[in-house]
Amino acid sequence: MSADAWSLLLKALWETLYMVVSSGVVSFALGIPLGVLLYVTRTGRILENTLTNRVVGALVNAGRSIPFIILMVAIIPLTRLLTGTSIGTTAAIVPLSVAAIPFVARIAESALLEVPGGLVEAAQSMGASPMQIITRVLLPEAKGGLINGMTITLVTLVGYSAMAGAIGGGGLGDLGIRYGYQRFDGVIMLATVTVLIALVQLLQTVGDRLQQHYDRSH
Amino acid sequence: MIELKNLTKVFDSGGVKAIDEVNLCVPEGTIYGVIGSSGAGKSTLIRCVNLLERPTSGQVLVAGQDLTSLGEKALRQARHNIGMIFQHFNLLSSRTVYDNVALPLELAGASRQEIEQAVQPLLELTGLAAKKDSYPAQLSGGQKQRVAIARALASKPQVLLCDEATSALDPQTTRAILTLLKDINRRLKITILIITHEMDVVKSICDRVAIMSHGKIIEENDVEQFFLNPRTELAKEFVRSAIHEKPLAEIEARFQAEPSAGARPVVRLTFVGQGVVQPLITRAARQFNTDFSILQADIETVNEKAMGFLMVEIMGEPEAIEQSLQFLRGSPDAQNSSTVQVEVIGYVS
Repeated sequence: MSADAWSLLLKALWETLYMVVSSGVVSFALGIPLGVLLYVTRTGRILENTLTNRVVGALVNAGRSIPFIILMVAIIPLTRLLTGTSIGTTAAIVPLSVAAIPFVARIAESALLEVPGGLVEAAQSMGASPMQIITRVLLPEAKGGLINGMTITLVTLVGYSAMAGAIGGGGLGDLGIRYGYQRFDGVIMLATVTVLIALVQLLQTVGDRLQQHYDRSH
Repeated sequence: MIELKNLTKVFDSGGVKAIDEVNLCVPEGTIYGVIGSSGAGKSTLIRCVNLLERPTSGQVLVAGQDLTSLGEKALRQARHNIGMIFQHFNLLSSRTVYDNVALPLELAGASRQEIEQAVQPLLELTGLAAKKDSYPAQLSGGQKQRVAIARALASKPQVLLCDEATSALDPQTTRAILTLLKDINRRLKITILIITHEMDVVKSICDRVAIMSHGKIIEENDVEQFFLNPRTELAKEFVRSAIHEKPLAEIEARFQAEPSAGARPVVRLTFVGQGVVQPLITRAARQFNTDFSILQADIETVNEKAMGFLMVEIMGEPEAIEQSLQFLRGSPDAQNSSTVQVEVIGYVS
């Protein structure tokens, strides 16, 4: 592989990491609270509220049902509002985050549902407020599940980021399509795929290690 | 200390009364047991005491305060005064033993130093000092329940609620946990309400006991009186299971419920304190020239007092048998019924 190809690959890897990590952080920051909201407003949970649960649930479902490639184009006004531009790597972070937030919300909700109800009850018997139950009991106890969910989200974002080329986001997927597919450059195609595989393996391994480190349930 | 007034709980689904007009009073400093078969409503009852379950009607008074009248915030405050332990321990798996015990204090906004000062003695009291940095997954069931007890005591409550706290433990561990509860009751003067389906729990530590069936309290008494003189069929059944009374296999073929000519009575004697009943029997034997054949005998410890159960067949002339029975029934001890209970349960020919 030529020096040019190497530098292309490195640049694409950097773009992918930039997009995945940034949208990952944004989607965790907004998706986890949304997941908590979905959990606590469920029937029989600490802040049961059917209306809120239905409305938020419907929004989350709607967000998850839009194909990413369409979402990317559809929210261009929002992207422009937030980043000042509708094309480029930074601009791609907006649709990636918007797509990942509902995903994270559902994953966080299911991680919280794994926490035994008895723990919430015990906390209530100690006089814990709903906020204390969330921060001192639910989130710490769901940590293992949440870390697993974050790993899944990041891996999914690697996949989504391949489509970011459509709005000039660059990244490994875009490199693979432009050089490998459109220019029939088998070597670059192979190199891109190899780096993607290595990246996903790395994410999964780190995620698993973290999960094991924090999981004290056995 | 705990007073339930006309407490009723109806669950929306089906409209069945899980608790039906229950009145209960737990005096300060006592260990009070509520026993019943599963589905009797006892778990719902104890969950109503700290309002984990809101009663449909009635009042819950703890330390003179009507919890049902409190708002959310005041109720949370009141709950600091009511510790609770559970069948499945409900420890936080992500926290160490120390941090689990510290949780109620953290929730109440105590400082690091205050927490340290409160947690350390509790770990010593419950025998967990060496396990302070372990996680619950590394502990045995008995150790987990000790952590739960220490945690429940952390906010210095006046009341401790135990919801089937020993039901998931083996008999040996159960005994150790019960001893710890009794010790805590004595040392800290804490009032304990225990819900259980195990008569052994009532037998070993309770001062008073209530039997629950179909959402109602059907019988209530001091624990010795309860053992001496159970009134309802269910209570009798529970007592028989607790004293390990066995069917009378060896006399079964000759056994009959009603008297007939020449049939000899089979008598169950229940008594508090060792050595109470033996002089009675020998005196009756001497005085009326009767023989006593002992079919079954057992001494049990009920709330730290020796309690005996004796099953005898009285043999002799019909008249002498009748006189012996009269004597046993009419003895001063039997008359006030506080120490000896005499019951003819059948006859053998």
